[in-house]
Amino acid sequence: MNAILVLEQALNGLQFGLMLFLLAAGLTLVFGIMDMINLAHGSLYMVGAYLIATLTDALGNFWLGLGFGILGAALFGVLLEVSILRRLYQRDHLSQVLGTFAIMLMCNETVRLIWGAQPISLNPPPALAGPVELFPGFSYSSYGLFIIGVGLLVAGLLYLLITRTRVGMQVRAGAANREMALAMGVNVRNLFTAVFGVGAALCGIAGGMLGPVLAVQVGMGESILILAFVVIVIGGIGSVRGAFLGALIVGVIDTAGRALIPMLFAMLMSPEAVANAAPAVASIMIYVLMATVLFFRPRGLFPAHG
Amino acid sequence: MTPHPTLEDTADSILDHRLHWRWAAPVLALLLVFPLIASALGMDFYVSLASRILIFALAATSLNLILGFGGMVSFGHAAFVGLGAYAVAIFMQAGIVNAWLAWPLAMLVSAGFALVIGAISLRTQGVYFIMITLAFAQMLFYLVTSLKVYGGDDGLSMAGRSILGFGLDLANERVFYYVTLSIVVLALVAVARLLNARFGHVLQAIHENEVRMTAIGFPVFRYKLVAFTLAGALAGLAGALLANLGGFVSPALMQWSQSGMLMIMVILGGVGYLYGGVMGAVFFLLLEELLTHFTIHWQLGLGAVLLLVVLVAPNGLASLIKLRRRT
Repeated sequence: MNAILVLEQALNGLQFGLMLFLLAAGLTLVFGIMDMINLAHGSLYMVGAYLIATLTDALGNFWLGLGFGILGAALFGVLLEVSILRRLYQRDHLSQVLGTFAIMLMCNETVRLIWGAQPISLNPPPALAGPVELFPGFSYSSYGLFIIGVGLLVAGLLYLLITRTRVGMQVRAGAANREMALAMGVNVRNLFTAVFGVGAALCGIAGGMLGPVLAVQVGMGESILILAFVVIVIGGIGSVRGAFLGALIVGVIDTAGRALIPMLFAMLMSPEAVANAAPAVASIMIYVLMATVLFFRPRGLFPAHG
Repeated sequence: MTPHPTLEDTADSILDHRLHWRWAAPVLALLLVFPLIASALGMDFYVSLASRILIFALAATSLNLILGFGGMVSFGHAAFVGLGAYAVAIFMQAGIVNAWLAWPLAMLVSAGFALVIGAISLRTQGVYFIMITLAFAQMLFYLVTSLKVYGGDDGLSMAGRSILGFGLDLANERVFYYVTLSIVVLALVAVARLLNARFGHVLQAIHENEVRMTAIGFPVFRYKLVAFTLAGALAGLAGALLANLGGFVSPALMQWSQSGMLMIMVILGGVGYLYGGVMGAVFFLLLEELLTHFTIHWQLGLGAVLLLVVLVAPNGLASLIKLRRRT
C-alpha cells in the first residue's frame, strides 16, 4: 500500500518535473546565451495552451491541434523576438524586466479579450482518457504516462541537438562565453531567433501537455514562470543539464510534498493543525530547497559560465 | 548616473543627490493644498487615493535605496511591507494602538527580518540574489497564510486606525493624508542625507565597483547589509501606513507580484535617482487609476505605456527630466 503510494507520487513528480523542464530549458538558454531575463516566457506557455485548445476544438482532433498549436507558439515566439525583444538584448537586466513585464501584461489582456476571462477546457484524446494497469494492483493515468513519454523524448532530442550538432555547439559556446562566441563568428542574430523559436515551441508543448491537467486560463503563465525560474537558478543559469536535474528535483519535491507532508503531519499533530500547517509547509519546500542550494552553491548546481 | 557637474553644482560630488528644492517645493506646496482642492471639487475620495500613492512612493523609495544605489535587486521587498502591516495589525489586536509605539515596532520587525534575510542572501550575486530574496519572501508569504490565529488566507481586519495623540485623529482622511505626506517628505530628506553622507557614498561606490571597494579595505558586506536592513525598516513603515489606510491586512500584501510591482515602479521611475521611486509610484498608480475608468482591459494600455517607456526612456522617467534640463 505504502510502496504504491510512493510510486504514484514519484510518477506524478516526474510528470510535473519534465514539463517544468520544457519551460525551464528555453528560459535558461535565453538567459544563458542572450543574457536576457524574459518574464514573457510564461506568456508563450499560455498562448501555446490556448492555441492548442482552440485548434483542437476547431479541427476536432487533439493531435492536429497539438501540432499546429506548437507551430503557432513557435511562430509567436519568433515574431516577438524579431519585433520587440531583439531591442532589449543590449539593455540592462532591469530594463528587460520592465519590458517583458509589459509584454506579459499585454499578452494576458489580449488573451482575455479574445477568449474571455473564464478558463477554457482542453481534453486529452479519447485513446488516453482512461487509466492503465501497470502491474496487478497498480494503475496510473495513461495520459500521465504519455506526458512522461513526451517529456523524456523531447529532453532526449534536446540533448542530441545540443551535444551533437553544430547549432548545439554554438549554443553551448554562447552560454559559456558570449563575447568569445561572437568573436569566433557565430551568426548571433539567427542563432538568437532560432533559440527563441525552439524555447517557444517547448513552451507550446508544455502548454499542450499540461492544459488537460491544469486549467487553461489567463495568468496560468505567471505561477509556473516562477517555478521555472526556481528550476534554472537551482540548476545553474545557462545549463540545460542543470535545468533537467533542477526540474526533476523541484517537480518531485513539490508533488511529493503536497501529498506526503499532510500524511506525515497527521501522525504528529491534531487534524486541525495539519489542515493549517501542511499546505503552507508543502508550498515552502521548494523555496527552502532553493535557498539551501544557493547558500552552499551560490551559482547553482551546474554553473554554465566558466 | 548623475550628469556631469555643471556650474551650479560643482560643489557636489557625482555621488551626491540633491533634493532640488527649486522643483520639489512647488510640488510640495501643491500636495499641501491638494485636499482643499479635492474637497472644493467634491472629490474627497481622491484624498485617500493620494495617501495610497504616497505610501507606495515611500515603499518604492526604500527599494530604490538598495536597488538603485546599492545595486541589490531584491525581489522580495513586499515581504517587508507586509511584515510592517501585519505587525501593526497584530499589535492592535493585542491592544497596542499608540502609533508612536506600534509604528517604530513595525519598522523594527521588518528591519529584523531584513537583517537575517540580507545576511544570508548577500552571499549571492546578480540573478541568484534576485531569486533568493524571492525565496525568503515566498516563505514568509506562506507562513502568514498558514497563521490561522491572524486570519490566515482571509487576512485580518483592524478595529480602527492607530492613535497618534496631539489631537490628530487619523480616522480623518485629511489628517491621515497630511501625516503620510509628512512621513514621506521626512523619509526622502533622510534618504538624501544618507546618500550624501559617507555611508551613501560608500554604498554607491560598492555598486560601481565592488571588487575595488573590497580591495581598498571597505567592509563591503557590512555596508550592504546595513543598507538592506534600513530599506527593510522603511518598507515596514510603509506597511504600517498601508495597514492603517486600508484597515485590513492580508497575505496578498506579501505576494511576489507585489514585490514585482514595487520593482516595476522603481525601474519605471528611474533606478538610482532620488525621486525615481516616487515618480514611478505616482505614474504607475495614476495610470492604473485612469485606465480603469475607461476600460476593463486597462492592463493592455498599461503594458503598452510601460513598453514605450522602456524603449524611449532607458533609465526611467526621472532620466527624461535630467536630459531636458541639461540641453
